[in-house]
Amino acid sequence: MHNKFRRIALSLWSFNQSFYPMKILVCISNVPDTTSKINFTDGDTQFDKNGVQYVINPNDEFGLTRAMWFKEKQGATVHVVSVGEADAEPTLRKALAIGADEAIRVNAHPSDGFFVARQLAEVVQKGEYSLVIAGRESIDYNGGMVPGMLAHLLGMNFVNTCISLEIDGNNATAEREIDGGKETLSTSLPLVIGGQKGLVEESDLRIPNMRGIMMARKKALHLVEPVEAPQRTQDQKFEKPAPKGAVKLVDANNLDQLIDLLHNEAKVI
Amino acid sequence: MKADLFEAPDYYLLDDLLSEEHKLVRDAARAWVKRDISPIIEEYAQKAEFPTQIIKGLAEIGAFGPYIPEEYGGAGLDQISYGLIMQEIERGDSGVRSTASVQSSLVMYPIFAYGTEEQRQKYLPKLASGEWMGCFGLTEPNHGSNPGGMETKFQDKGDHFLLNGAKLWISNSPFADVAVVWAKNEEGRIHGLIVERGMEGFTTPETHNKWSLRASATGELIFDNVKVPKENLLPGKNGLGAPLGCLDSARYGIAWGAIGAAMDCYDTALRYALEREQFGKPIAGFQLQQKKLAEMITEITKAQLLAFRLGQLKNEGRASTAQISMAKRNNVDMAIKIAREARQMLGGMGITGDYSIMRHMMNLESVITYEGTHDIHLLITGADITGIPAFK
Repeated sequence: MHNKFRRIALSLWSFNQSFYPMKILVCISNVPDTTSKINFTDGDTQFDKNGVQYVINPNDEFGLTRAMWFKEKQGATVHVVSVGEADAEPTLRKALAIGADEAIRVNAHPSDGFFVARQLAEVVQKGEYSLVIAGRESIDYNGGMVPGMLAHLLGMNFVNTCISLEIDGNNATAEREIDGGKETLSTSLPLVIGGQKGLVEESDLRIPNMRGIMMARKKALHLVEPVEAPQRTQDQKFEKPAPKGAVKLVDANNLDQLIDLLHNEAKVI
Repeated sequence: MKADLFEAPDYYLLDDLLSEEHKLVRDAARAWVKRDISPIIEEYAQKAEFPTQIIKGLAEIGAFGPYIPEEYGGAGLDQISYGLIMQEIERGDSGVRSTASVQSSLVMYPIFAYGTEEQRQKYLPKLASGEWMGCFGLTEPNHGSNPGGMETKFQDKGDHFLLNGAKLWISNSPFADVAVVWAKNEEGRIHGLIVERGMEGFTTPETHNKWSLRASATGELIFDNVKVPKENLLPGKNGLGAPLGCLDSARYGIAWGAIGAAMDCYDTALRYALEREQFGKPIAGFQLQQKKLAEMITEITKAQLLAFRLGQLKNEGRASTAQISMAKRNNVDMAIKIAREARQMLGGMGITGDYSIMRHMMNLESVITYEGTHDIHLLITGADITGIPAFK
C-alpha cells in the first residue's frame, strides 16, 4: 500500500517536472572576505567583525553561477537562501543582482551546522525545491556539515564535493572529487549538492552589472523566522595558528647539526 | 604587470556611511577593474592606445551616466554611487576614468540637463549603453583657463547653423560619435551644439606623443563650415554657466577618482615596503618609510571624508562650484603627492611597468591640469571667500 502510494507520488513528481521548470535553491553563507584580518574578542570566544568585509561564500558562488546556467539554458527558477541576521542581506542582494529570482533570509544567527541545516530543510520543504545547491563548506568555520545533514533531513539524494553537474529531466549526472581522481555518478532529483570549484571555473563567476543591480532593487527578499532547533555544538574558544617560525638553513655537509636540531630543538626524532 | 592584489584602505570605517547599494555598486566596479582593466592597462598605456574592448564593460558596470534616470538608459543612482564608480575606475587608470567622466558628465549630463526631450531620447540610451561615445568641446588653443574668450562661433543660416572654429585637448575625440560643442552665436552668447561624426567639415585629429593618459585617446575638434541642424542646439541653458555646470559634475567625479589613484599607490607601496628587505628587515620598519605611509593614509582618509560630504551635498543639490573646486584641487594634489612618494618607496622598481605607480603619477599630471587647473581652483576658492575674483 505504502509502496503503491510512493509510486504514484513519484510519477506525479515526474509529470510535474516535464511541465514546470526546475526550482533550484542555492544556500548561501555570508562569510568574511578572504583578505580579512582575523581577530577574536571576548576572551577569544567571538569573531571580531570590525572592519571586515563580507562576501558570498566562494563554494556557494560556484553553485550560484551553475544555477544561473540552468536558469538561462534550461529555464530553471533560482532562489537563494541564507540563515543569518540582517547583516547577511547585502550578500543576498548581490546574489539577486547576479540573477537569482528571489531571496530568503532565515532570521537567526547561524549558530552551528545542525541548526542551519534544520532551518534550510524547512525552507526546502515549504518551497518544494527539486535541486538544492550548497557549498561543500563555508570558508569561515569550515564545518562542511550542512549539505550532508540537509540531505539526510530531507531524505534527498546527495552528492558532496561536486565538481560537475548536468540535469536532464529528473536525471542528474554529477562528478565528485575523490582522492587522486574523480567519480562520475548518476542520480536523480530531488537532489542536494555540496558544490565547489569545478561546478564552474573562477573565470565564469559573474560581476553584477548595473542592470542586475537595478533589477535586484525590485526583487523579493523574504524574511522568515527560524523554526525551533537545538544547537548541538557550542564554540568554546578560537585560536589562531601559531605564526610561522624562522627557517634555519643547515649546510648540506653538516648532517650532525641537522640531527642535533631535529632531536634537541624540534624534538621530532 | 603583476597580479592585482589591491586591498582598499578604509582607515575610518567609511564603509559604515555607505548604503548597501553603494557598496554593491562599488564592489562590482572594483571587481570589474581587477578582472578587465588591471591585466591589460599597462600594455595599452605603453603603446598609447585606448582599449576599445572595455567600452561594453564600462557601460555594464554603470560608468556611463549612472545618475541619469532609468527612462533614458541611465541607472538612476545617486551622486555618491557615481563618485564610487569613478574612484574604482581611476584606481585602475585615470585615462579610463577620463573616458567615463566625459561620457557621463560632459556629454550625457548637458543633453539631459539642457536638451530637449527629443534630444534626450535620441542620444542618452545609446550613450548609456556605449553604442555611441561622446566628447566635449570647450577648451581652445588660445583659451584654456579663460573659456569665455572662445573663438569658435556659429551663424544662423535660416535652416541650419554654420559652425567654425577649433577645440583642443579633447578626451575621446578621435573615436567619438557625438560631440557637445560650445560656441558663440552672432551676439557672442555661448550655446551648446550637438555635432555628429560624419557632418561635412568636421574632423577629429588625434594628439600624439603624450606622456600622460596614454591609454586614453585625446585629440582636436576642427569645424570648417560645418552645417549643424537647428534641432541640435541645446536650448535649456546658455552663457558660460552652461558648460561650467557640466564641469561641476565632471570635477566632482575627479575628486572621487583621484582617491582611487592614491589608494592604489598607497596599497602598492605598503605591500612593497612590507616585503622588501634592506639592512636585514622590511623597509616598512624604517621610520622614514613609515612617515611616508602614515602621511599617505592620513591624506587619503581626509580626501575620502571630503568627497563623501561633497556627495551628500550634491545629492541634496547644495554643492557649490567653489566647494567642488576645493575637493577637486585637494584630492588631485593629494593623489599626485602620494604617487611621487610611493614611487620613491619602490626605488628603481617604481619606474617600471611592473607596478602601476609611475603610470598613475604621469596620468595625474593631466588630471591636476584639466577641468580647471590646480591654480585656477585655488582662485575660485579665493574669489568665493573674498568676493573678489582674482582671475579677471
